[in-house]
Amino acid sequence: MSNINRRDFIKSAGILMAGTALPLSTIEMVFADSQQNFTFAYISDSHIQHIKGKQFVRNWDRGLMRAVAETNLMDPKPDFVIYGGDLAQLAKKSEIDHGLELLSGLRHKTYYVMGEHDYYLDLGEYWESQLGPQYYSFDHKGVHFVVLNSILTYDDWTYNRWSSGEERMNVMAGLDNPNGSPFMVGEKQRTWLKADLAKVDKDTPVVVFSHSPLQKLFKNWNFWTEDAEQVQALLQPFKKVTVFYGHVHQIQYNQIGNISFQSVMATAWPWPYPKTYAQAPNYMPKLTVDMNRADPFFERDATGWQFVDIHNGNAAMHYSLANNSRRTVAFNTQTGRPEDMKYQDHRIPPQTHY
Amino acid sequence: MYIKPGHFSILWLALGSLILVSSSAFADEFTKADLERWQQEYLTVVKQGREVFTDPNLGNNGVVCAQCHPNGANIHPETYPKFQQQLGKVAPLWEMINWCIRNPLEGKALSADDPRMIALQAYITHERRGVKLAPGKH
Ligand code: HEC
Ligand SMILES: [Fe+2]
Ligand SMILES: [Fe+2]
Repeated sequence: MSNINRRDFIKSAGILMAGTALPLSTIEMVFADSQQNFTFAYISDSHIQHIKGKQFVRNWDRGLMRAVAETNLMDPKPDFVIYGGDLAQLAKKSEIDHGLELLSGLRHKTYYVMGEHDYYLDLGEYWESQLGPQYYSFDHKGVHFVVLNSILTYDDWTYNRWSSGEERMNVMAGLDNPNGSPFMVGEKQRTWLKADLAKVDKDTPVVVFSHSPLQKLFKNWNFWTEDAEQVQALLQPFKKVTVFYGHVHQIQYNQIGNISFQSVMATAWPWPYPKTYAQAPNYMPKLTVDMNRADPFFERDATGWQFVDIHNGNAAMHYSLANNSRRTVAFNTQTGRPEDMKYQDHRIPPQTHY
Repeated sequence: MYIKPGHFSILWLALGSLILVSSSAFADEFTKADLERWQQEYLTVVKQGREVFTDPNLGNNGVVCAQCHPNGANIHPETYPKFQQQLGKVAPLWEMINWCIRNPLEGKALSADDPRMIALQAYITHERRGVKLAPGKH
């Protein structure tokens, strides 16, 4: 480890754990058919940010270290870990290296998703050299998993407007920067996806990981995927589809036809809900019970990581939230949509955002 | 208004010269051009505020306000002044701004009349225009 040595890392992870209210070993999944049911952990949006020399923003480092330490305490162990993108803040080698070093503490096979903060400096070149292809699929215990790079955009924006990769990265890194550009999966990947899915039986549960929502929710902050409808059309023929995404740094869930959508929290910082911006319309799902409002006096508040259990192809997302009680949003087979297990019809005051 | 004795005559001198120079400009008469200029002055400061809001050198760790508050969202200027539990008192907006400068930005607090503090408040409030005043609200 170049920036913090291994002993320091384990020591600080231990201190972090001492401060956690819930022992993670209380997570126990009860499965009817243990063959087909499993859990995986999901860590996302750490935004490791280089200051200078060996200095990184302490707050963001802490968020990722805590998620890694807690994931390692899961019992039973998760089958694998998904890292949901935006490991870095400005896609610098130093940031990706430092982030991967913190993640190297994980004792599990980890799959990576590309975020825009990992990409727009060198169009994913360094990320790919460390982590492999930007989109791929795999099968696990009867479920077909697909990982997409959904943060591409128009070629004209990517290739023709900027004097350097740094300039391009800086613009895309500003969530509310009006000179940004909408995310998309793009034709090349959609063609690949179509071919990939052609080999899969329509009864096989399909789980897709993307960084952006694969829905159109709020264009101003790129809670948006420009070709969402085309991607959804490829997924709709399957009976059970779940799309998991990062990027939004908040709890969101939705159901469109056969597709369930669920977002994950960031380990770095929470984002406001689009309705809190008074100057632009949004298309956020009514179904979502919002996360609790963040208390800025606790730097880890409204950040977290999550674990997912898949039973009979349906997903339940368990949000492990610093300074907040855990939340579970699970697919309800009666209503055919994801619902919060506790708050769906009983919202509490901190869940009101304005 | 409190005028220091020594400044009294200077003030009268200044007023006198104003009356001489523009005898037609009464305080209660302003033109469309005046209105436009004042709006322009305001918007210039709003723009400066946006620059401070996205300035990696405002704090000490390169973190910017806009990273957590896109378009100034979740700052709720219309709710100030209000009680802040952790400060143990009713606080104005600028004190909470300083809280975020000192903590997530690991920076040094600005004084209340620092032009950057005024610009920040102009930008934050501008992004919230149209929202009803709700002092004290949480
Ligand atoms: C690490 C993320 C982060 C950064 C960076 C940050 N803030 Fe905050 N700030 C928060 C959170 C979270 C809240 C609580 C939001 C809520 O009330 O829902 C908050 C609250 C505030 C509040 C009080 C809002 C209210 O509703 O009472 C003000 C004022 C504020 N921030 C200003 C700023 C300014 C100005 C900057 C830049 C100097 C800044 N913040 C940077 C996370 C951040
Ligand atoms: Fe992110
Ligand atoms: Fe992102």
